[in-house]
Amino acid sequence: MSKRLLPFLRPYAVRFLTLLGLLLAGNLLALAAPLLSGRAVDAIGVRAGGVDFPGVLRNCAGMLVCYALSSLLNYFTASRLIRLGQAVSHDLRKAAFDRVSELPVEYFDTHPAGDLISRVCYDVDTVNAAISTDLLQLGTSALTVAGSFLMLLLISPRLTLVFFVTVPLSTLLTRFQMKRIHPLFRRRSQALGALNGFTEERMNCRRSLRVYGVEDEDLSRFQVCNEAASRAYYEADRASAALGPSVNFINNLSLACISMFGALLYLRGGLTLGNLSSFVLYSRKFSGPIREAANLLSELQSSAAAAERVLDLLEEAPEPPDAPEAAEADRLRGDIRFESVTFGYDSARPVLRDFTVHIPAGSLVAVVGPTGAGKTTLVSLLLRFYEPQSGGISVDGVPIGAYRRDGLRRRLGLVLQDTWLFGGTIAENIAYGSPGAGREDVIAAAKAARIHRFISSLPEGYDTVLTDEGAGISKGQRQLLAIARCLLSDADIVILDEATSSVDTETEEAVGAAFQRLRQGRTCFVIAHRLSTIQGADRILVLDQGGAAEQGTHGELLAAGGIYAALYAAQTWKHG
Amino acid sequence: MKTVLSYLRPHARRVAVGISIKFTAAILELALPLLLAHIIDDCVPAGDLGAIRRAGLGMMVLAFGAAFCNITANRMAAWVSMEMTRDLRRDLYRRAQSLSCAQADRISLSSLVSRLTNDTYNVHQMFDKIQRGGIRAPMLVLGGLTLTALQAPLLGLVQLGACGLTFLAIALVTRRGIPHYTRAQEAVDTVVRILRENASGVRVIKAMACQGRERGRFEEASRAAQRAEETAGGIMAAANPLSDFLLNTGLVLVVAAGAVLVNAGWLASGQIVAFLSYFTLIQTATLGLAKLFVKLSKGVASARRIEEILLAPEDQPARPGVGRDGPELGMERVSFSYLGMEQDLEDASFTLNKGETLGILGPTGAGKTTLISLLLRLYDAGEGVVWVGGRDVAGLDRTALGSRFGVVFQNEALLNDSVYENISFLRSLPREDVEAAAGTAQIGDFIRSLPEGLDTRVDIRGANLSGGQRQRLLIARALAARPGVLILDSADSALDYRTAANLYAALRRDFPGVTLVVVSERVAALQEADRILVLEEGRIAAQGSHAQLLKTNQRYRKMAELQMGGGLT
Repeated sequence: MSKRLLPFLRPYAVRFLTLLGLLLAGNLLALAAPLLSGRAVDAIGVRAGGVDFPGVLRNCAGMLVCYALSSLLNYFTASRLIRLGQAVSHDLRKAAFDRVSELPVEYFDTHPAGDLISRVCYDVDTVNAAISTDLLQLGTSALTVAGSFLMLLLISPRLTLVFFVTVPLSTLLTRFQMKRIHPLFRRRSQALGALNGFTEERMNCRRSLRVYGVEDEDLSRFQVCNEAASRAYYEADRASAALGPSVNFINNLSLACISMFGALLYLRGGLTLGNLSSFVLYSRKFSGPIREAANLLSELQSSAAAAERVLDLLEEAPEPPDAPEAAEADRLRGDIRFESVTFGYDSARPVLRDFTVHIPAGSLVAVVGPTGAGKTTLVSLLLRFYEPQSGGISVDGVPIGAYRRDGLRRRLGLVLQDTWLFGGTIAENIAYGSPGAGREDVIAAAKAARIHRFISSLPEGYDTVLTDEGAGISKGQRQLLAIARCLLSDADIVILDEATSSVDTETEEAVGAAFQRLRQGRTCFVIAHRLSTIQGADRILVLDQGGAAEQGTHGELLAAGGIYAALYAAQTWKHG
Repeated sequence: MKTVLSYLRPHARRVAVGISIKFTAAILELALPLLLAHIIDDCVPAGDLGAIRRAGLGMMVLAFGAAFCNITANRMAAWVSMEMTRDLRRDLYRRAQSLSCAQADRISLSSLVSRLTNDTYNVHQMFDKIQRGGIRAPMLVLGGLTLTALQAPLLGLVQLGACGLTFLAIALVTRRGIPHYTRAQEAVDTVVRILRENASGVRVIKAMACQGRERGRFEEASRAAQRAEETAGGIMAAANPLSDFLLNTGLVLVVAAGAVLVNAGWLASGQIVAFLSYFTLIQTATLGLAKLFVKLSKGVASARRIEEILLAPEDQPARPGVGRDGPELGMERVSFSYLGMEQDLEDASFTLNKGETLGILGPTGAGKTTLISLLLRLYDAGEGVVWVGGRDVAGLDRTALGSRFGVVFQNEALLNDSVYENISFLRSLPREDVEAAAGTAQIGDFIRSLPEGLDTRVDIRGANLSGGQRQRLLIARALAARPGVLILDSADSALDYRTAANLYAALRRDFPGVTLVVVSERVAALQEADRILVLEEGRIAAQGSHAQLLKTNQRYRKMAELQMGGGLT
């Protein structure tokens, strides 16, 4: 098992060793019982009518007590070990998730959720199996092996030499096979992760698959992934299928050798017959656990591969930490500057080129422009989802890198283009980001966002639990919920990225009034297509081809007759 | 369990051969000690060196044979479990994709995903374990029982009783354990769901600096899974010690009963000793079985979850010949409710001729998407008739419906695949058609500007594209197969007005005969429609052309004015 896993096991070392000790005690008790049964048989004697019944009963009672105690001990240790394994699993999952929550946005753009799930659920589960059953078995086996080996040495050091050949042989064989098997198990975990990623993606577009009638083709693509995952599973399984039997083979081989050499030794007078038979008995005791362990090795292999995937996830680079002297963004005035910012998701193709703009505190700035002009990118950069390749962004004259990242984000009230709901009640979804908000606040926000009536019409109102990220809730309703969420937050800078694109005009008007109230004294940054939303802005910024093409008020821009004027004409098309 | 086990049937012969090989291996291994006894008991006292060597070599041959058989049997088992799991997963996937929307809503997507992944994995392990471990142990138990019963029928009875009780105990414990494993799987579903949410909502979560909260939520779910697994495992942990104790009590009873029998002169005490050694054999085997059962119960719980999907009743069957023919597209007094409580669409009636355009407008939650879902027969109307292509949709089977439509849904995700594949969408359309569709959808120039053009890879959920680019790719997908009916559900929400205007103009130019259904918040997109439906709270409040509605519908007029600024007045 990987060394990197040790920090997760260390806190439980004492418990683990204690349980190991208890298990040993339980086994010893079980071993004491045959002794008693021997005495009981002696008490029975060989003569009819001559049975020493009190002796038989005494020993039988003793046996019962031994068995009962050993069963109790075994139950106790087994259930404790399950808890221990689960505790380690929980720690691993938690550590994995903690890291997931620190990963930069880009990670999720390139890693399917299904693969992530497969690491945190299935891989952790495999590690758990190793801890709660396999490791323990290995531990007790080691003890039995050590004990028997001692006895073997005491009986006949010369005969023990056989093991000096066979044990290294089986070790070598095992190591050789493990080396071959390990990458197979790794590939198996990867293939399974890929299959999960595919499944996740395709389950999400069930409706389209059905409407376009391509379910058969989709199934055949699934089969490619399924085939690959099943193959990889089989390859690993097949390779490890030889592990147990081949170790067992060497054990049996050594038994044969012992029988032959032991017999020869006896004939030369180097060994008594009694010694030979107990040597054989102990050597079976010695190799039994080794055989068990060999069977476990393949399981441990799969656990090791799984553990690696979890640990790799833990080592993914998180968002860079805040500088130690980073400022807490307590209250922001909201003076935002972009200074010759150049940025592209793919650095060869910049989305923003040498972009400069100043948004004074307390102003309402609208950003318009054709799709793909970089409007959402502006927001992503301000939120520090990505770092610009050159140039800088400052808020209140302080570079945004000098604020604590979370602190800065908390001062920004946002409605992003990607509306997102989680599996909780509607009230929880609205209060997301405002943990202190009470039910009245939530309702007030929902009313202002014009979504209160819809919520009230649901059978369980605000306590309706959303499933599947709010499937069944229309995009417009999602946007209104996101707006309610934003209205509830106490932000200094409000950013609306096409916040009402799927909301009807009338509702939008009504919601606009709520934003007017929210806007008092705050900087407001609005990305929208609907020009009716934009007309009242203090300043309109027209983005085109990665730069600010035009700036000015509605009237000025119309008069200038540039891009904005053309966009406006398109909207009032036929009438404009 | 039956359905899942039926996947074993096609492999019955292979399994039988595997079992026989495993059986042979067990016999070979059991013969080893016999040869050993032969060396010690016969050859050594006789001092026959040649016999010793022969017996020793014989042992080596047996050892080799056993290893060979075991490896072969294990590999066969691995092959069979792989084939079974692959087929099971394929059928499960097919069934999951063919569930009706109502069924899928009920089960939830994350649970479907976890059944396809986690549960099939558990079942795979179960298949493997049954074949590998389920042969030797029962063989030893049965063999041991038979031998002892032959030797001393009375004591054999005691032993049979002990074994019976043990199996009863294992069965009871397993039965109690399985529901807890089901619960544990459900707890895992929650863990999966939160992970999914965090992957899809990463921007919102980070923007609201709620990572701490998410960590708390995850920790809670992970703890719940931990506790559920502990409970299930705690119950199953009783199986081993309990059967251990029961079997050992049987052993004590054998000794006690033996004492009585010996006293009465019915039994020699040496037989008790022989009996006890068999007993240990049976005991080890029974314990092996108990262990197997523990591992199986997790698999059984998963198998049941899989069967729940596989055996889900066929929803929305086509009822050919049902209903009368009607217009190209239309509804008559249609009502529908998702949850069976409030009506989400009520008494909707409209008709549309071939090649005409239908516009749908209305506030959020008025039932626009619901109306479209009914046209596509994603759900079945509670009351009334829905016509597509002149036929009652209830009488059309799904494929007949599918080839007719091009649809852009709200909230649709792109594939993590090439731009081409996102437009062609598994239909293997010619590249020219894809390019033409991209051109009409106003995304052709953008695609050409990409370094690898149509072969550029789209990130997960289209993260490397802007909202408008994603939307236009979906529109191109809807157009690419030149459908007879094109449905755009708020497909222009992320488009700027100029692009949207160009799009609608290109649609009219390139698809002159198409029957078009447009849901939009933008009056500009609807004004040329032959018929516009104004929806309000699930009802069609008004319908007519742009000019008619401007005159007759207050709400429509107001909306038009708001959007088009002074353009109207």
